[in-house]
Amino acid sequence: MENGHKTGNGVSTAICGTEPVPAEEIDAICAQFGNDKHRMLDILRDVQDRYRCIAPATMDHIAAATGLTRIEVEGVASFYSFLSLTPKGRITIRLCDDIVDRFSGLSEVACAFEEVLGVKVGETSNDGAFSLEYTPCIGMCDQAPAAMVNDIVLTKLTPETARSAAQALKAGQRPEQLISERFEALTPTERALHMVDNNIRHAGEVLLAPVPEDAGLAKAATITPTQIISAIEESGLRGCGGAGFTTGRKWRFAASERAEKHFVICNADEGEPGTFKDRVLLTERPHLLIEGMTIAARAVGAREGILYLRGEYVYLRELLQQVLEERRRRGLLGTDILGVKGFDFDIRLQLGAGAYICGEEGALISSCEGLPGEPKTRPPFPVNRGYLGYPTVVNNVETFCHAARILDKGAAWFNAMGLEGSHGTKLFSVCGDCLNPGIYELPYGHTVWELLAMVGGEDAAAVQVGGPSGTMIARDSFHRKLTFDDLATGGAIIVFNGECNVLEIVEYYMSFFVHESCGYCTPCRVGNVFLQKAIQKFRKGLANPEDIDYLKDLSGTIIETSRCGLGMTSPNPVLTTLKNFPLVYSAVIKPSKDGIRDTFDIQSAIDGARKIAKRRSYIFDKDFTQ
Amino acid sequence: MSELPKARIATASLAGCFGCHMAILDIDERLIDLMQLVDVDRSPLTDKKRFTQRCDIGIIEGGCCNEENVHVLHDFRRNCDVLIALGQCAIMGGLPAMRNAIMHSDAPLRECLDEAYITGKYIRNTTHNVPNDPALPLLLDEVYPCSQVVEIDYQIPGCAPSGDIIFDTLSKLLTGKFRGFERDMIKFD
Repeated sequence: MENGHKTGNGVSTAICGTEPVPAEEIDAICAQFGNDKHRMLDILRDVQDRYRCIAPATMDHIAAATGLTRIEVEGVASFYSFLSLTPKGRITIRLCDDIVDRFSGLSEVACAFEEVLGVKVGETSNDGAFSLEYTPCIGMCDQAPAAMVNDIVLTKLTPETARSAAQALKAGQRPEQLISERFEALTPTERALHMVDNNIRHAGEVLLAPVPEDAGLAKAATITPTQIISAIEESGLRGCGGAGFTTGRKWRFAASERAEKHFVICNADEGEPGTFKDRVLLTERPHLLIEGMTIAARAVGAREGILYLRGEYVYLRELLQQVLEERRRRGLLGTDILGVKGFDFDIRLQLGAGAYICGEEGALISSCEGLPGEPKTRPPFPVNRGYLGYPTVVNNVETFCHAARILDKGAAWFNAMGLEGSHGTKLFSVCGDCLNPGIYELPYGHTVWELLAMVGGEDAAAVQVGGPSGTMIARDSFHRKLTFDDLATGGAIIVFNGECNVLEIVEYYMSFFVHESCGYCTPCRVGNVFLQKAIQKFRKGLANPEDIDYLKDLSGTIIETSRCGLGMTSPNPVLTTLKNFPLVYSAVIKPSKDGIRDTFDIQSAIDGARKIAKRRSYIFDKDFTQ
Repeated sequence: MSELPKARIATASLAGCFGCHMAILDIDERLIDLMQLVDVDRSPLTDKKRFTQRCDIGIIEGGCCNEENVHVLHDFRRNCDVLIALGQCAIMGGLPAMRNAIMHSDAPLRECLDEAYITGKYIRNTTHNVPNDPALPLLLDEVYPCSQVVEIDYQIPGCAPSGDIIFDTLSKLLTGKFRGFERDMIKFD
């Protein structure tokens, strides 16, 4: 499979919207992807990279080339935040607007960029050179504040480094030159490591210790698919993306489904704020990941696979493509893998375009199919009817890596680690107020206290386990264990010290969910906005005691009536803090005076009419003429 | 009927169509029973414009679209022990709140007034002006349900609520027996 990609820099700089984009160039891009409507996201990403926007006329061309209607193309183009219907600057700077970045001086960094580039966040400069914008967590919380400059990542920004980067860009340097003067000469892995530190603080036995090359795959090639699935089942491996479904069962379901084709998809759309473990695996263990996917392919009988990489990790694209190429060359991908007749498998790299929801497996499949990243109704489950209607296994990066190791070392070895129900090791990505943010590979079962002692965060006042959709706990719960049965996490551990305002964190997380809701279910689309507004009321000190019940009721409704995991977990920041930080809420509520609501401000409500009528209010304004 | 002291009730119509007040009259001959239990203080039904004394129950029709509505609602909240929002406009803003939908505009209120008095296709307004008599209360930026302006104790749904639900709710509240609505009373299809 071929992705055939050119980076946006140095190619055409036609400013779309003002100059027409030549139709033949668009046709060429579509042809490069076989005019396949299922590759719509790739086509649009390419157009966006080259012309910095997807103009109306361009959408007509793409629709004609791929046999879709214009509105279908626009539906995709308008869904993803990295695609734009209006022209973006030739250099687009996306500042990571996570709460960890905010607490690490994001606003000063943003000011530095604004000052030098002469544009405000959210604007594009008049000459079309620069766009400056905020984007949710880009997976660099251990080195915040961070930013993306086109496909380049800048980390540990300070106002000074931000200013000099902006000045260099303004002077005409290419973004790559910010990383290294000899960027072109570096290998893809060196490039990635120059941009981003992986901060591996504790290597466990399974993933981050030295790993023999393709030992698991060699083993898998000698045994039957059923034996592979049995080994995974016996190991007790559960999905590492957050939901924790038993991996062996998932594979068994997909394998037992009779179909013309099966698919294996790797979910590398690590969007949960505070999670960056997959980033480290993709950089440090890419071969192990592909090995795991190949084993899964043998287990379920898949000949095609997709590696869905989140748009924010575009800096890893070359690295991964090189790994895929190399494995094809060495006969580890392609036909008759390891000389086994009929063991055929290849992988296509699918890049996302900035949508948190695509980490949900149904939405991820929609996105791979070239559709807007909207979740699908379940059942049917992906293992029964997934990608293009075929049985599909979707697993997290870490899960595939574990699977490869289990085949090599045996199910019993893996099963012996951790606790009952939570076997093996887990990567924890720790960030926030601690001395050593980074990656810790630990067996399941450590308490939060133990982890905090390791990371140097013993003075934490609150820990967010599992990102915003997880649980926020206070010191009285730090004895709890990091397992599926107690504190489940996809890996994110965010440490907050006593200076952080819990309600500010909650409001930020609600604004994140408001931004990332796909909008399909009304309770999620509208309810999260109401939750955020209610939290704002608390922060302003305008909340009444009954607002606590309102928060609980509304959260319950959103959870019960949403179709996918986003809506089912988005009220968690509110619910878990209500439970674990009740004093924070009770400290700011007060009963309203004579039943009159303080939240209703009559002065601002009549201000517009006062200006239109050009007179004072005879009821609410004093008469100063007397 | 027992010989309890009579309760005092007051009613007002804010940004509503007076339909809910008409619905109060739909209680029909049971009004006679109800009048055994209550005296009506400030209300369009008695044409009393001010509270003569503190009331047990205030009934509000309509939401708040202008400053006078807010003023009246504040007055009711301060003078009534229990405040009831009667009908959809009081509860949710209702039909008048359609103007809240003008949201993608820099000056939604101006746009609304222009459309209503000047540019609207079917307008016959020979003055070509938006009315601006000093006696006219200023409009609010949007139409607010009563519960956003003051605390509301009970809401009686319907557009307009039936005479039955009003009678049932009031008589139960007055005798301390109200435990929520019967399902058939709030089933509208």
